Amino acid sequence: MPYKIIISLFILLSLSACNVEPWVKPYERANLADPIMSFSPDPLSQGYIHHVYQAREGARGAEGGSGGGCGCN
Amino acid sequence: MVLKVAPGAVVAVTRTMPYYLLALFLVLLSFNSKAAVLPAERADALYHSYSGGGIDITGPAVLVRKSVSDSVSLSAKHYVDTISSASIDVEVILGASTYEEERVENSFSIDLLNQKTLMSLGYTNSEENDFSADTVSFGISQDMFGDLTTVALSYAHGSNVVGETGDSSFSETSKFDSFNLSMTQVITKNLIMSGSFATVTDSGFLNNPYRKVRYLTSPTTFSLQDEEYPNTRTSNAVAFRARYFLPYRAALHAEYRLFKDSWGINGTNIEVGYTHPFLDDWIAEVHFRSYVQTQADFYSDLFPFVNAQNFMARDKELSTFNNSTIGFGISYEFAKGEGGTIDKASINFKYDYIQFNYENFRDARQTSFDAGTEPLYQFDATVMQLFLSVWF
Repeated sequence: MPYKIIISLFILLSLSACNVEPWVKPYERANLADPIMSFSPDPLSQGYIHHVYQAREGARGAEGGSGGGCGCN
Repeated sequence: MVLKVAPGAVVAVTRTMPYYLLALFLVLLSFNSKAAVLPAERADALYHSYSGGGIDITGPAVLVRKSVSDSVSLSAKHYVDTISSASIDVEVILGASTYEEERVENSFSIDLLNQKTLMSLGYTNSEENDFSADTVSFGISQDMFGDLTTVALSYAHGSNVVGETGDSSFSETSKFDSFNLSMTQVITKNLIMSGSFATVTDSGFLNNPYRKVRYLTSPTTFSLQDEEYPNTRTSNAVAFRARYFLPYRAALHAEYRLFKDSWGINGTNIEVGYTHPFLDDWIAEVHFRSYVQTQADFYSDLFPFVNAQNFMARDKELSTFNNSTIGFGISYEFAKGEGGTIDKASINFKYDYIQFNYENFRDARQTSFDAGTEPLYQFDATVMQLFLSVWF
């Protein structure tokens, strides 16, 4: 049930933010664009380490690394 | 066969997830945002090594991503695990012996950029002598709100064929469906966060055909019988991540993940790390990760008698345990801005040390102890990666 609530809140938040003005302007995103701020700087390496844990732990999913931008482009 | 803790499909999520996915998809379509961009063109060649618990796994991996137009990007990956195992599982069941095998994984994907939306299609095949897996996946992501937000949805379906070395008549199947939703959000000019949710349902033959459970044959002795998993499993995981840019060009990162499944396993992991560039071309990184989980409902280190339950497992991966990782990485960048076909390149080394501590899985190899009084099992593992990356 908590997962339903999280997703519902996420969708409502998304809808309510349709007309939001960006509060971090494009010229203020230099730090976010730095490669050291990437969630997945090395996809091959990241995929490997996820595999190491998945084979030895019961948990799985939501590992991240599927991308996601910082709005820096 | 490397243990794949796969598992059983329960209906609740398959009934509810499509509704949420459809709702979110409609939300995505209603936006009028700027276009996303294709993933960077790059090639990576990696050599990996895992050593711990009597298992050594090494092999190469290669990933190449190339754009063929302004709106189409292709990628291909080749990955090999060469396994030499004399693990506690092998030794308890077969006695002191080592087996060797190889797993080869190949995957291909295509990314399509359509003005506001980035879509991806993927296919992966993994082959072992006793396990074959095919997975297809579809993903969609979109930047919105002045590019401060990225929302991504993905779905994957996998089909597996499970065999058993030495028994050519043994053949079972399993399948899984995976739904994933994530949102990445710029919070400030120095802070970015993301949230991810994943549901996975499995059905079919989900246990390892080689693994055994043990049961008491007298107050001090035990014997072995085949394990038996349920044939469905559903799991949910939610994770939050953050990266923060420090004033002197360095970054902190943190992660928190919660996991719960229909087998009764609850897992939690946290990770914190620090990234520090130095001398223009070098980047160092250190991190610490901690994971803890509770056992599956049908797990026991030692069952009281033969056929004690309809479902029985003694896989240490389904026991109550924790592990801790401390690791570091170092990268050296070169060939930057020299023109030609290469934008830059880097050589990278990563090292992780992991300590596993089991709370109700005993070392049954210790025959000098009565059954059920053996020391609890624990082991250390080292994971190393050496890879070259080239951007072009």
